[in-house]
Amino acid sequence: MTVDLANLSVPGPTANSLTAPFWQAAEAGRLMIQRCCACDKWVFYPRAICPHCWADALEWQTASGKGRLKSFSVIWKPGHPGWIAATPYVVGLVELAEGPTMLSHILVQANDVAVGDPLSFASTNIGGRILPCFAREAT
Amino acid sequence: MRHLMPNVAISGIGELKPQRRTDGVNTMDLLLRVSAEAARDAGLRPSDIDGLLVGPQVGETPQHVPAAVAEYFGMQPTMANVVDLGGASGPGMIWRAAAAIAAGQCETVLCVLGNHRNPTEPRSPNRNPAREFDTPFGASGANTSYALLMQAHMAAYGCSAADYAQIAAGARANAQLNPMAIFHGKPADIEEILASPMVASPLHLLEIVMPVAGGEAVIVTTVDRALRGPHRPVELWGAGEKVTHRAVSQAPSLTSGPLKPAIARALGQAQLTIRDIDFLSLYDCYTIMVAATIEDAGLCAPGQFANWLRENGGMGPEARQPINTHGGQLGFGQPDLAGGMTHVVEAVRQLRGQAAGRQIRNCMSALVTGNGATMSEAVALVLGVQA
Ligand SMILES: [Zn+2]
Repeated sequence: MTVDLANLSVPGPTANSLTAPFWQAAEAGRLMIQRCCACDKWVFYPRAICPHCWADALEWQTASGKGRLKSFSVIWKPGHPGWIAATPYVVGLVELAEGPTMLSHILVQANDVAVGDPLSFASTNIGGRILPCFAREAT
Repeated sequence: MRHLMPNVAISGIGELKPQRRTDGVNTMDLLLRVSAEAARDAGLRPSDIDGLLVGPQVGETPQHVPAAVAEYFGMQPTMANVVDLGGASGPGMIWRAAAAIAAGQCETVLCVLGNHRNPTEPRSPNRNPAREFDTPFGASGANTSYALLMQAHMAAYGCSAADYAQIAAGARANAQLNPMAIFHGKPADIEEILASPMVASPLHLLEIVMPVAGGEAVIVTTVDRALRGPHRPVELWGAGEKVTHRAVSQAPSLTSGPLKPAIARALGQAQLTIRDIDFLSLYDCYTIMVAATIEDAGLCAPGQFANWLRENGGMGPEARQPINTHGGQLGFGQPDLAGGMTHVVEAVRQLRGQAAGRQIRNCMSALVTGNGATMSEAVALVLGVQA
């Protein structure tokens, strides 16, 4: 990665009032996801009602920000042209300690990443927006 | 009173209060709320529902609508479809639900329609969760999703890059037997495939289908009527469907997909085992898709696809169980959504005995697989001919 991600011209989240707390928390440096008060399960991505039990009982909670890299890809030919300047870069599937998996941008060198790597939450400016990314956990 | 319809009934209903505008909510929210109400009315839990019929969602989810809705709902249906008949969509769903139940594909079908309304919002495509939660991180398009699936498979089982590349090489070899294939006259060996540019690691360019223009069509009728036609009828002996998610991050497994239960259901209906199948017509958007399908079909243990392929004698018409004799989409080209139908058409040719230059000897049965989105929408068919 040779460019500052903040300078990329790339599409941002299509947030709405339901999902905004997730993105706003990331901007403030916190990872917040929903948890169901009826069945106690964590939920990602945000929903209006719980996808596990269909109860109208979701509330926002702060997650630990810890996770594990379930898989990754080094992107050489991005699907969106705005990302070409950042190649090669790494995206990955992050299994959060709370259970759900999210896709994110992984702040590692393309030649130094492996499935199973422990990760921690790292808010990062991508294209002028602070997004919830992940970096390798300091050991 | 006797009637010709299957015995089905409506057991639950839900309805939302109409609103002039619905600021901040999307169509998915409304669909899930009204569905939860219908489930409560019927005394059902979400897990009791195994079929899903939805309407089109212009401006929010242009494609993969049933998978996107099912994922949002936390459902993994065994029958999922869009009914796109304007004002007749609702009634159209009811008999389709009955037909799916009568066909043994599901027991309880949720039929749901709805829409949000925000007059100031631009009706741009793609405002669904995959767009909101994947694209901003630099992940867009199918290549990234299948690269993530392939990396997970590699890490779990230690398969080599050459193991997967042999699938693209086998497809190219079969394309040499099909003058219609885009890569006819252009074979590629494992070395050449691995030397092609990396697109999204570990996927090389030649492990990815080439988009082409094209078209495929199939006529389905009764066996009686087909017997009066010019060709040997190719019968549908079994079918299976399963939808598990839409975005790759929501996949219940990265190394095994919904084709596993879909194939099992199709074989069960056909009263055959996978070893009985003469021809494997397997959806192959990427090399990893064929690898995962060989394993999900039960042809070998997870992680053993490469050894199995070698023991199978490759993929050609002389192999023990030939695979994708038309070249697959990796060798034939992918004419967009018609690409999946090429696997049906080739199976029909093989079962009729009309696959000139690549005919399999004594081909009496075929397994056809279809796959959509991120190894998340699966259909399996068992086709066969009478001896
Ligand atoms: Zn719940």
